[in-house]
Amino acid sequence: MKITSLEDLRKIKASATDQTSARSEGKTRIIIGLGTCGIAAGARAVMEAVLEELSKRGLKDVSVEGTGCIGMCQQEPLLDVIRPGEPRITYGLVTVQDVPRIVSEHLVNGRIVEDRLIGRAD
Amino acid sequence: MVSAIGEVPQKTLEILEPWRGRKGFLIPVLQAVQHAFGYVPKEAIEVISREMKMPTAEIYGVVTFYAQFHLKPRGRHIIRVCRGTACHVRGSLKLLQKVKEMLKVEENGTTEDLRFTLEPVACLGACGLAPVMMIDEDTHGRLVPDKLGPIMDQYA
Amino acid sequence: MPTYRSHVLVCGGTGCVAGGSQIVQARMKEELVKKGLDKEVLVVQTGCHGMCELGPIVVVYPEGTFYTRVQPDDVKLIVEEHLYKGRVVEKLLYKPSEKMESVKHYNELPFYAKQHRIALRNCGYINPDNIEEYIARDGYQALAKVLKEMTPDDVINEMKTSGLRGRGGGGFPTGMKWEFCKKSVSDKKYTICNADEGDPGAFMDRSILEGDPHSVLEGMAIGAFAMGADEGYIYCRAEYPLAIKRLKTAIAQAEEYGLLGRNIMGTNFSFEIHIKEGAGAFVCGEETALMASIEGERGMPRPRPPFPANKGLWAKPSNINNVETWANVSPIIINGGAWYASMGTEKSKGTKVFALTGKVKNTGLVEVPMGITIREIIFDLGGGIINDKAFKAAQIGGPSGGCLTEAHLDTPVDYESLTAAGAIMGSGGLVIMDEETCMVDVAKFFLEFTQRESCGKCVPCREGTKQMLLTLERITRGEGTMEDLDKLEELAVMVKESSLCGLGQTAPNPVLTTLRYFRHEYEAHIREKTCPAKACAALIQYIVNPDLCRKCGLCAKNCPVTCISGDRQTPYVIDQSKCIKCGTCLEVCPFKAIRKE
Repeated sequence: MKITSLEDLRKIKASATDQTSARSEGKTRIIIGLGTCGIAAGARAVMEAVLEELSKRGLKDVSVEGTGCIGMCQQEPLLDVIRPGEPRITYGLVTVQDVPRIVSEHLVNGRIVEDRLIGRAD
Repeated sequence: MVSAIGEVPQKTLEILEPWRGRKGFLIPVLQAVQHAFGYVPKEAIEVISREMKMPTAEIYGVVTFYAQFHLKPRGRHIIRVCRGTACHVRGSLKLLQKVKEMLKVEENGTTEDLRFTLEPVACLGACGLAPVMMIDEDTHGRLVPDKLGPIMDQYA
Repeated sequence: MPTYRSHVLVCGGTGCVAGGSQIVQARMKEELVKKGLDKEVLVVQTGCHGMCELGPIVVVYPEGTFYTRVQPDDVKLIVEEHLYKGRVVEKLLYKPSEKMESVKHYNELPFYAKQHRIALRNCGYINPDNIEEYIARDGYQALAKVLKEMTPDDVINEMKTSGLRGRGGGGFPTGMKWEFCKKSVSDKKYTICNADEGDPGAFMDRSILEGDPHSVLEGMAIGAFAMGADEGYIYCRAEYPLAIKRLKTAIAQAEEYGLLGRNIMGTNFSFEIHIKEGAGAFVCGEETALMASIEGERGMPRPRPPFPANKGLWAKPSNINNVETWANVSPIIINGGAWYASMGTEKSKGTKVFALTGKVKNTGLVEVPMGITIREIIFDLGGGIINDKAFKAAQIGGPSGGCLTEAHLDTPVDYESLTAAGAIMGSGGLVIMDEETCMVDVAKFFLEFTQRESCGKCVPCREGTKQMLLTLERITRGEGTMEDLDKLEELAVMVKESSLCGLGQTAPNPVLTTLRYFRHEYEAHIREKTCPAKACAALIQYIVNPDLCRKCGLCAKNCPVTCISGDRQTPYVIDQSKCIKCGTCLEVCPFKAIRKE
């Protein structure tokens, strides 16, 4: 495709920025516990559901990170959400069915999903 | 580097074809000739001279000026031992001596079986890995004399 | 387009490739498929991160985890632990020293903390073979701005405001150079990129070409627009095959997107770029010699005037800048000349890339603001001298530069201060030397280089460097006289003042600075016939200490000239008349029974 205007360049930039968004910082982070117990409790499925939900909603500015065991194995799968400038919210016993709710309520609208909330840290 | 010597005039003509009527052709043409034969054969220089109406003296002048061009056949693999500053302070002279000993050739010399040609070069630009050598297009870094044998064995 | 939660960046610079990064990358892809992670983790090959010493380098995003010296066998661990289970692989992290904690994040490395990356902004961060990644990082925005909103004079004024000076060594103000070329009236003009990085010890240009080729293409297009050129050449040395390959890909992609070629971005501006491969001659880094070489002739310098801005390539007005200079152009256009001028010192603005090598802990490329001290570069970024030996000298500016001493460590790095100290900024090679480096040997080493590369056109350079070299060889053999030192100095000044081009004019610098700051070492070679650093082969000998020798015979077995004799009963002895002083015996002795003196 030939670029003939600033508009063309901006379009390519926007789509290319999505491609490299995993490498940028200062945005919403989702952190999923992927220790042995987390995976045993279904954290991989939760992570896949998160990725699917994000791409369905076209949410590009969210990074999905894995982390090791946090030590609250009975609460696995654990999923943390950190929105810029807000405290770290930890959800426990997260299921695949909970994922769309967490994404639409918390990530998009900023409302914490109280029935899965197990902790917050500044 | 596969063409036989008998094909030199024909192959040189092919290399020249796209350059007819264009300026600045000599160095790219010589590079292509060398790529095809591994060196610049006398026969190729004669063809270039005749076809491009350029004195052979001028072509020889250019060939001998640049370190990259060779008038004699070279080995199948080119070993370039870096003699840059960073490699020098990290012991490249010792490496060079070791390679010379192993191959029984002098600098810019070729082994009798035409397997290797040894060339010291000014700098390969991989100073972070000093001392460094290149065999063909592969760069080998953080060398010590003991590593040389196994590395050279990879090139038949 | 699928969303990848994680990007794994594998360095594909020459240094890391030599360390096996291609295999690491292939193995990474295999392991991801095996673990079923290939749909959520993307593997990207990037250019050089500048920390070649620690290569192969792998960075995992979004965490930004920085893994070093990654071997193919480590890949499985990274995939299973980090990418599958989210646990950082501690053993592959970088540890600045035994006492310090290992560094997890890219930005926490002391090596990067003091850097300010402008020319290297994308190196190690984007895939150089993908133009879209460059565009995502504001690539070609500057070219768009220039074509749509600026006049050639606006561009030149912005460059003048920035204070950018030629990064290839000369340090001539870039804006002024462009203005001269613009004012030259002609039907045809050329812009040229000097990528014939020949200084031993410098590799920043290679890194930029390999890691961010589009930054050079965009800079050249902007320059061509400002000066009214429609054709450009990149003269790249043949020793950089990877750089040439990446450039070719980049040019093809830019043409496909209409960012090079005819009617760029739908305007009347057309510009095409050709690549010329060098043929191995250091002197071709000199601009007039480089143009002669593009024309297909022997690469010999031509007297100036006429200057290239009036009569350059094929006698048409031409402009030459080096790779690093071109890579700085786009950020200046986007952020403004004043932004660039806010960094650096009064006369040297912006940042400079240095290739930090030699006996320093962290070797690699560093881009720092002008005005930083040499001490900060060596000890803060470079981590100090290997094995904590004593610092002796910093050789700055390549074979045209000079050696600076401990007394200069607090010299701010800018064009004027370095020249005043007898060195030059040059292309930015910074080779660190410790107590084991002999300064006479270093001077001889550089002179061997310049003498070999002298093109032979003018007498002072051709004959002068040869005579200087012969004198230095005499001194390092212990055959020099005190008169030699005076003659050497006289000859050096003559060559410096009367040579035709930069090669000859700067070739004596290593000799002059070592004579100035390390005269005592020369005198030791002459008067006492000793080499204080124990580096000059003719002035040292290897001796077996019979008290320590355990008669294992390893030295004799490894000696290339069989000059060591002894057996199970008698301690081994080295025959000094046959010894070639290769030092092998000292290296192989397990009991440290052999010493050098």
